[in-house]
Parts: sequence; structure tokens; C-alpha cells
Amino acid sequence: MSESERLDRFLRTDPRDVGCDEAMAVLHIYVDLTVTGGDAAERYPGVAAHLLACGPCSEDFTGLLTAVAGG
Amino acid sequence: MMAAGMGSVAVVECAEPAERELDAESADWLRRLSACDGVRRQESEGELHARLLRIALAEVSRRSGSTPVTGPELTDVAHQAADDAMLAILAKLAGFRGESRFMTWAYRFVILEVSSKLGRHYWRNAPVTLDAEQWDQLPDRLGIDPEQHAESAAVLAEVRRVVDDELTVHQRRVFVAIVVDGIPLDALAARLGLQRNAIYKVIFDARRKIRRALVAKGHLDDPGLEQR
Repeated sequence: MSESERLDRFLRTDPRDVGCDEAMAVLHIYVDLTVTGGDAAERYPGVAAHLLACGPCSEDFTGLLTAVAGG
Repeated sequence: MMAAGMGSVAVVECAEPAERELDAESADWLRRLSACDGVRRQESEGELHARLLRIALAEVSRRSGSTPVTGPELTDVAHQAADDAMLAILAKLAGFRGESRFMTWAYRFVILEVSSKLGRHYWRNAPVTLDAEQWDQLPDRLGIDPEQHAESAAVLAEVRRVVDDELTVHQRRVFVAIVVDGIPLDALAARLGLQRNAIYKVIFDARRKIRRALVAKGHLDDPGLEQR
């Protein structure tokens, strides 16, 4: 990825992004859909957009996914 | 700290849960945690707390490389997260609607507690102070090298100009803390007494403002998706 692409990726905002509150409110549903092979991103495109842009929420997603996968 | 088998720490409705479309395991958890039999309920609470603590300990371990919190303090964060998650779960048990499996719903509380508490504990041994303004770190943060390309130097100068001239005082402070100084978003939220979403929104708006300026100067292509 070029410098310009990296910078553009960092600065580009997605209008579908629902923000932290809405994303975290349905995180358990999103994770269960992911674990069971459902299309979480298709059902919640605003959450998917947010998780791509927000490091802390993405970390929570990974944490919950790991917790559920580990039982 | 809440011990397994300890008496109920929150007022739990003693009633049969309403009929819902739940998977067997979720229904069983809900039934046991709502049982009128106090001994049975306390055993279930102890079992749930043990699970929450195990998840919290695993989560702080997973995040140990990205936080200045270490050793016994990290373990303490896990115990606090499990205790507070347990309280929240019992308080909100009646609100569980079965949109996910019960345990996924419950683990969400403990994962979010870990995030929040690591943010607060960050400042006890913070590697950088608030308002440090380490502008020399900006190229690395943005992944660009001004020594390799003259264009990159111009981009950095324009970013700095927008941050200094076009962001509000609050936007500038948040942007510098998060992007320039690399302070974790949850840590800044804890320090400023704001919610994570409030900080994210400020960064979101700042990114959009900076991008528009870079597009206007010809450093980046058309705004595309960012219009809102």
C-alpha cells in the first residue's frame, strides 16, 4: 500500500459508520452471527463500517469473539 | 471482590422467565439465575462469576502488549471487571431478549468492563502525558515518510495547518492526544470524563475535515464515500 493510500484509508470516513454506542449495543448479536456463519456485515453494515474504523471497538469485537470461541 | 457462592449482590427478580425463543443453554442459564431457590441461584451466580473471571483474565492477558498496566494490577483489573460485569448482568437479566446466546450477551459485559478499566488504569503508569504534542511522531502515525518524498512533507505541513487553524480547541486537543501522541482512546475518554463515542465522533469529524483540506490542495483524490 502506498503512502497516499495509507493516509487516505486513515482519513476516509464511511457515512454508514454507526459510532461506538450503537456498535457496542449489538456487539453480542454481531459476534454470534459471525461465529455461526451468518453474514453479520450484511445485516449490520453500519457496525461493520464502524469496526473497520474504530480501533477500540474492533478490539472489543476480537475480545468477545475470542471469548466465545474459547467457551 | 466477589467470591463464587457468595450471596446475591443485586436484586434479582425471583420469577420464572417469560417464554422466549431461546436455545437450551441460554434458557437454562436464565432459569437458574432467576430461580426462587436461593441456594440454587447463588450456585449459578458463582458459576457465572467464575466464567466471567476466566474470560477477564484471558482478555487482560491478550491485551497485555498494548497497555502499560502490568503484573498484579492487570490481574486486579480482571477481578474488578468480572465483579462489575456480574453486577450489571444480574441487574439487566430481565432485559435479556435472546437476540444472542446468553453467554455471548454476558461475556460482552466483561469485555467492555476490561476496556473501560484498562483505559482508567492507563494513567497510573502512562508512557506519555496528556498534551505532550509529540509532533515528530506524526509521520509514523500516518505511515508516511517526509524524507523520502517532498510530497509527503507538504502533506504533513497541511495536516498540521488544519489541526492548528481549522479544528476547534477541543477537536485539536483530542486529535493531538489520539493521533499525534498515541494515547489510547479509552484512556483519553477516562481522563476527560467522556464516553468513548464522544471521543470517536471528534476524531471522525477531524479526519473528515483534514481529508477535505488535503483533497482541496490536490494531495488526495475526490472525497468519495466521506460525504455525509
